[in-house]
Amino acid sequence: MGLPDIDFAPSRLLASLIEQSTALGVCQALRASLKCERPLAPDPDHTGVGKRLPQRYYFTSRRPQFMRPFSLNGKNVIRILLNETNIEVSNGTSLYQLREQQDAKADLLIVNGFPAATDCLLADGDQVVMIRRGVVPSAEQLETLMMARHTPGVHARIAQSRVGIAGAGGLGSNIAIALARVGVGQLVVADFDVVEPSNLNRQQYFIDQIGLPKVVALKENLQRINPYVRVETSNCRIDEQNLRTVFAGVDVMVEAFDAPDQKAMITAAHLQQAPGCPLVAASGMAGYETSNSIRTQKVRNNFYLIGDQKTAARPGCGLMAPRVGIAANHQANAVLRLLLGEEPE
Amino acid sequence: MNLLINGEQRTLEKGTTVCTLLNQLQLQPERVVLELNRQILSAAQGSETELHEGDQLEIIQFVGGG
Repeated sequence: MGLPDIDFAPSRLLASLIEQSTALGVCQALRASLKCERPLAPDPDHTGVGKRLPQRYYFTSRRPQFMRPFSLNGKNVIRILLNETNIEVSNGTSLYQLREQQDAKADLLIVNGFPAATDCLLADGDQVVMIRRGVVPSAEQLETLMMARHTPGVHARIAQSRVGIAGAGGLGSNIAIALARVGVGQLVVADFDVVEPSNLNRQQYFIDQIGLPKVVALKENLQRINPYVRVETSNCRIDEQNLRTVFAGVDVMVEAFDAPDQKAMITAAHLQQAPGCPLVAASGMAGYETSNSIRTQKVRNNFYLIGDQKTAARPGCGLMAPRVGIAANHQANAVLRLLLGEEPE
Repeated sequence: MNLLINGEQRTLEKGTTVCTLLNQLQLQPERVVLELNRQILSAAQGSETELHEGDQLEIIQFVGGG
């Protein structure tokens, strides 16, 4: 009924209602006199340093203090979202006690979005993240986090999919990173080029990767983001002959080349050779004119074109991170929508 | 003869090929993808293709950058 959990045994109901109204009154009084600070855990060392959490912390708590259930199924428990998983702990548990119970080695504790400097009492509905600095979460842990973010159905569909990306430049490197972050299960990336200093103005590489083949550098970066995404790379030039072999079995194909004749070649070849597999291509994203001219368009069945369709890269109108990134993320979102059975346009 | 090019009605001389049309429109054949009566044509296939009365042609032009 959307009410706090109340014990309906008559004698205890009265006590509960009194307690609740008292809690409400006390809370309001506290708001006025103590600037809404929440109860704190005992401070045995009497350091007092950083004892009180920021005021905003109180307000971001998902449920007001007075609504905290004091009796849940006859037990005195509160619900906590710990690392995106719901758990129940006894009422009165402090953050440090929770750490002892769950992961004594966790050295970074985040409560409702704010790093906690000291111990505090936990409230029902609190969101706690426990991190061991420098430790990579397991595939299962990351899976749980992704599922919580994307909902299980959406996550499962993304995780099972295989996406091909032709080109690992300004478009391809950005698209691959967006798709790895959302958890696309398999990425197939092809490019023949190496990382050059001039690429760093828009492509997702680092200065210490100059000279590496782009596919090698990109795979390295993708694995640093999500080591559980399978990345297949081909350090080769794509043409009409090897297109289907390199990108065998992809659910969606992405054109992310730079040269216009290469874009046209792969588009025609893909539409002829794999008409049932959607293609997301791009044309026109140079310079720094308005972001809003970059659009996602459906050209024909299974062919989507992103860009402003006219701004070519030329002297005086170079390729720059923002517009290339916008087009790349249009492409990545079109891929995501296709994987989830939605029309990109 | 009358054709529909990118959704617009156009009148062309009889016997015009795709290549001649692209030249008239100042488009580089290797930078376009053609869809003639719902069929995709590559640059090589497209250039020698002769156009006919009532054809529907879509020309998708790519510009450089990525």
